[in-house]
Amino acid sequence: MSFLPYAVAGWLFVVGLYGVVSSSNLIRTIISLTVVQSGTYVLLLSVGYVHGGKAAIFADIPAVSRAVDPVVQVLVLTDIVIEATVTGLLLALAVQAHKRFGSLDPHELRALQD
Amino acid sequence: MTVLQIVALAAVAIGATAVVAAGDALRQVLVLGIYGMTLTMLFFVFQDPDVGLSEIVVSTVGLPFMVLLALRKVGEHEAERAREKEEQE
Amino acid sequence: MSRPVRLSLFGLAGAGLAAVLVIAFRGLPDFGGYQGVYGQALDGFGVTLRHATDLITALNFDFRAFDTLGEEYILFASVLGIALILREMRGERAEPHQGDAEEHQFADASHALRALALGLTPGLIALAVYIVVHAQLTPGGGFQGGIILGAGPLPVFLAGRYLRMKRIAPHVLVEVADALGAAGYALLGISGLVLTGVFLKDALPLGIPGHLLSGGQMDVVSVLIGLEVSGAFLVAWSEFLDQAMVVKGGAE
Repeated sequence: MSFLPYAVAGWLFVVGLYGVVSSSNLIRTIISLTVVQSGTYVLLLSVGYVHGGKAAIFADIPAVSRAVDPVVQVLVLTDIVIEATVTGLLLALAVQAHKRFGSLDPHELRALQD
Repeated sequence: MTVLQIVALAAVAIGATAVVAAGDALRQVLVLGIYGMTLTMLFFVFQDPDVGLSEIVVSTVGLPFMVLLALRKVGEHEAERAREKEEQE
Repeated sequence: MSRPVRLSLFGLAGAGLAAVLVIAFRGLPDFGGYQGVYGQALDGFGVTLRHATDLITALNFDFRAFDTLGEEYILFASVLGIALILREMRGERAEPHQGDAEEHQFADASHALRALALGLTPGLIALAVYIVVHAQLTPGGGFQGGIILGAGPLPVFLAGRYLRMKRIAPHVLVEVADALGAAGYALLGISGLVLTGVFLKDALPLGIPGHLLSGGQMDVVSVLIGLEVSGAFLVAWSEFLDQAMVVKGGAE
């Protein structure tokens, strides 16, 4: 049972990859990429958890109580906000690709036009 | 592991499968918003309130907003193309 | 390659990937048994060292402030990329929809919706400012409060008044806020260089933990990052909104 968080993180990764591979629409690919990213968040936070640990905020608990690891939280926290803008960049590319090629199907996009 | 954590993990796994299995892009966006909520619950149950705070706004408002606008732009463009093709015929 | 071939190839590769992941995750420490020394040490004396009660903010804006600088610039660069990609191309023109009044009203926007937006927008902005300013005391900080601040003008748009939203969050103000946040952080670092000889070193007094003016420059950094994140997201949303609502025509 203690392997469950890691198993869920791996499942998120693989399911997201399946979504990327099997999609017929660029926007579906981008949303599946979001699922892959969330798999890494779950993995990082599962690694940092401590049994019986409280949140790493010492405003009203004494400063010597057990707390979960704060370093992984910092990584995940900034990552969530930044990946949203990177996904926005991908969406902007998809919109311009549609304007140029007339379709969002990845198989109809070519580097050179006939 | 507490029961809450197991339930939250199961909800996240089911939510991810639902996002990938959703039909068209519009439906996927709505399921993505709900998936963000389940992720936020998971982060809170893992004793990470800061991460939960940033995930909840990004995943329910920030990202779906951009996807919906992109979908609208694409839909409009296709409608315009169809109209131009009709005019040519 | 056709779809069934692609999916069966992925079936093989996916099974291999899943097996490798399971083997790799077995080597991780058991769930709940993490023995990271860095995190435990910071948990122990982070409060007495920097006089901040929210250790995650202290890590983000003080212990690892240099990493946050780099990540903030990733945000800035990707929003710059969005603005560049969605610029007006040849053959497009920006004009409001025909057949709408001057305010892009949605056909079903009721008065109740507008009243709700009127109540939501100042509430969201106040909550966001509270979260940004109390960064080192309670859960929150520049990133979380910044994105809530960015989402503040959105209810006005959702109530059907796109041009009014542009008046609350005009292009110039939003871009200036974005640039100010990004430049301010670098200038803060340089001021640390000038005043104490080390880039980004704290030159402000530390104060009493638990009070608003504690933690040195963590509050200042939090406000700068809040400005930057909210500005960046509003720029990105405005670009997408312009594309969807205003720009007409397109390159073939």
